[in-house]
Amino acid sequence: MQDQPHPHEIVASVAEFLRAESHSTFQLRVAANALDIAHRQLELSPGADVTELARLTALLEHGGALTGLNRELAQAIASGAMNLSTPGLAAHLWETTLAKLAVDQPAYSGYRAALRTLRQTYPSTSSG
Amino acid sequence: MIVDASSSAIVTERALNAIAGRIVAGASAVTNLRRLSGGASQELWRFEVAIGDRSIPAILRRAPGGGRVSPASVGPEMEARLMSAAGARGVPVPPVLYVLAPEDGLGRGFVAGFVEGETLGGRIVKTEALASARAVLARQCGQILARIHALDANEFPGMRRFTPLELLDEWQAAYRATGTPRPVFELAFRWLRANCPNPPERPRLVHGDFRNGNLIVGRDGVRAVLDWELAHVGNPMEDLGWLCVNSWRFGAMEKIVGGFGELVDLFAGYEAEGGAADFASIGWWEIFGTLRWGVMCAGMPHAFREFDRTVERAVIARRASETEIDLMRLLTAHPAH
Repeated sequence: MQDQPHPHEIVASVAEFLRAESHSTFQLRVAANALDIAHRQLELSPGADVTELARLTALLEHGGALTGLNRELAQAIASGAMNLSTPGLAAHLWETTLAKLAVDQPAYSGYRAALRTLRQTYPSTSSG
Repeated sequence: MIVDASSSAIVTERALNAIAGRIVAGASAVTNLRRLSGGASQELWRFEVAIGDRSIPAILRRAPGGGRVSPASVGPEMEARLMSAAGARGVPVPPVLYVLAPEDGLGRGFVAGFVEGETLGGRIVKTEALASARAVLARQCGQILARIHALDANEFPGMRRFTPLELLDEWQAAYRATGTPRPVFELAFRWLRANCPNPPERPRLVHGDFRNGNLIVGRDGVRAVLDWELAHVGNPMEDLGWLCVNSWRFGAMEKIVGGFGELVDLFAGYEAEGGAADFASIGWWEIFGTLRWGVMCAGMPHAFREFDRTVERAVIARRASETEIDLMRLLTAHPAH
């Protein structure tokens, strides 16, 4: 499940920014980065959401909507009912987090490092 | 809403002109006022104070819009007091020149001397010109932190106090208030609670935001420590762990301390200056710091929607996931609980 603000909010804030009188180079670069995030999310999240939903359905043994299932998973971890030794949980959290980074910051050092390590641990790991 | 930046600058310049003599005795005007980018929680303005044929570069650090001070912040007046006290104890800080008074018409904030140097973390970890600084930065940071932690916390009444467990409660409540479920954050809170250090025997004044990005660095190393607004009283290891959070390594992940140095040098500098702390808990404080930055980012969509609809704010909000990938790496490397 991707983070917020949503792509439509990001795009609207960039449009508002571009209508201002003056822009520094720094601000323009931030605006371009913001549009990149929105762009990547529109491109990648439909597919990532489908696989995340399938993993959550398997983990929690029932279906539902992404937010509701994530809330249930969060509660299961908070209560101690699930932890990193629960079969499938670590793999699910890695996959879900990688899918977020592929949208938010594909150049982030921690993401690049995780991809290198996880390709060995979980060969099916998507490259993002 | 389109902010009329030019009229805001004119108002600010007029008000600064009126107090030029209070900023630097004998001065009659300020020149070259311009707003600096960066500083999501503070307005930063640079200008020169004209006195005779000299001009003294200065910075106005002001609450956004003059008055919006976050509840987590000590407020600009206390920030200025902390900087002055730290400066007197050998901590490099920009010299505080003047603290704004209500009748100045500029809101809350203070004026400090401008310190030349690099503040951008990405350049500090990469640029060839600062290679000599990188060789000494970790040790210097240790020394500086030991001096900050030696300040007498009782001199600053009203400062918030936290045991490690209270910090967890505070940040867990902030996370819950975002309303968005994050299974990775839940794992981290769970691990931090199960492994929580005892309260320190002697609580210390903690800077609260001591990291690459809040330091002015020259070829000789740290020239000034900035951004004291999150200071509080607590465990000194909090500052050391925060400096090691991967987000502040700016891509130089292999250099654990700020993307520029090694833990052994940080600890050696800390001890050389008389500092004593539970170095063995550095891993706990790194995970806590990573989660804390994550919760800060996770709270940004609310700020974006309610009072700061800027692109910068939106982009910082989308940095929450970087802490999730770092937490996964750190938590899977530690024994499960």
